[in-house]
Amino acid sequence: MEHGSLSDPSQSTFSLIDEDHTYANAIRFTLNQDPRTKFCGYSIPHPSDNRVNIRVQTTGAAAKEVFKDASQDLMVVCQHVRSTFDKAVVDFRMSKSVNGMDIDSNN
Amino acid sequence: MSSDNEDTTSSSESEGADSVKENATLEFIENLSDVPMGRLPSNIEFQRTRVDCKADAPIHTDTFQYSGAYSSMRVENSFLDNFCDNFRVEVIRLTEDEMEFDMIGIDPALANAFRRILISEVPTMAIEKVLIANNTSVIQDEVLAHRLGLIPIKADPRLFEYAENNTASEKNTIVFKLHVCCERSGQRLSVKSKELIWLPNGSEFPLESQDSKTGSSSKPKTYTSFTCSQDSLPEFSSNPIAPALGDILIARLGPGQEIELEAHAVKGIGKTHSKWSPVTPVWYKMLPEIVLLEDIEDQQAEKLVAICPVKVFDIEDIGKAGKKRATVARPRACTLCRECIREGKGWENAISLQRKKDHFIFTIESSGVFPPEVLVTEAVKILEEKCDRVISDLS
Repeated sequence: MEHGSLSDPSQSTFSLIDEDHTYANAIRFTLNQDPRTKFCGYSIPHPSDNRVNIRVQTTGAAAKEVFKDASQDLMVVCQHVRSTFDKAVVDFRMSKSVNGMDIDSNN
Repeated sequence: MSSDNEDTTSSSESEGADSVKENATLEFIENLSDVPMGRLPSNIEFQRTRVDCKADAPIHTDTFQYSGAYSSMRVENSFLDNFCDNFRVEVIRLTEDEMEFDMIGIDPALANAFRRILISEVPTMAIEKVLIANNTSVIQDEVLAHRLGLIPIKADPRLFEYAENNTASEKNTIVFKLHVCCERSGQRLSVKSKELIWLPNGSEFPLESQDSKTGSSSKPKTYTSFTCSQDSLPEFSSNPIAPALGDILIARLGPGQEIELEAHAVKGIGKTHSKWSPVTPVWYKMLPEIVLLEDIEDQQAEKLVAICPVKVFDIEDIGKAGKKRATVARPRACTLCRECIREGKGWENAISLQRKKDHFIFTIESSGVFPPEVLVTEAVKILEEKCDRVISDLS
């Protein structure tokens, strides 16, 4: 849910239900990486509420678009992490199976 | 931003001077050898990339997330631009239920997100409801139910749905039976988790209300309504569902005591209850770096090697006169106990303990439900789903 003003789309607060530090801290990082962001921060209003408020102020672009782009960036990063990780595991298994033949006698 | 900074510096230095002098000052600052433009000075670069661990406390612990943090030095502090080139994963150790890997070139905000998701948001199956028909053991019903809940169940949660609407079906519930009794004349008996028998056809306990009405004419209604047997499904016929470990102690029975119960496992996440957490622990630490700023020789070197509880340092021989010098042999083992710099200022000046801010050593211990490498992939997928949900909510 977005809370902002109609006249000035460059600043908004996004209130996300069922999210916590996991997502908010990660998205704050990717938002900070965007040069259009003037300010961003998040807070959890009450620990027993499962919601988080993310404040975004930009240098002029619509806050909603910047926020969406940051989410998109985070998703791209995740996809890259996943493919790199899978490749690393496959490489490790390959090298293990090659080395395994040499060291089997020691076991 | 950059011109702002230069203006303030120059005006404070040349107060009341004419514009020619001001220009000269500006030029002087720009040509200073230790302020290279387009590159961070080494001390700032050190603060950006390393945590410096002093004897009393670590310093420079924060990360600089803002992309324009160094724009006055014409340095782009952007991580995303060259993330794909810089990011690396190196697997160190991988076994059936344990894994150690290095994640290099990532911000703590993201590394921590993966860690948090692994602990509390990757779904698994765990026993949620226990129907106790008979329990004459000394362990109380509720304690027994709690113990059963904590047993990891080896079943792929991706094949199940969340049981939100309370009707137990073959798509959301796994039923186990436990029926053990200790003979009156026998020895005391340990009940282990391998005695939980999977019931692919669902509950065998008839609903009481149903009993009196329908009689024996039709199949009696039970606590679950399975439309088909789970072991007829191809996913389960090849690898039957069972507790991940068979030798977990559930209870001890004395002669004549008996436990008869049915346990219903459902899908859930660790945020609701830690019994659904797929990992025992998962943690990361930043890569330790130990730099010897001065040569530490002979007796001092031996003292240093002896003082470190995890044997980070080693001794090498130099020259002919049997001189010895301390070297850093195993920096990865460093636990940051700071024992080596506790002895006084001299040591702190000679040894610099550092942590690399963008290099994480992850260790994952799986509870046995998933292999650890699958857990990481699942965790990253969950973060992707979160992003996807936010994007679709906002558009």
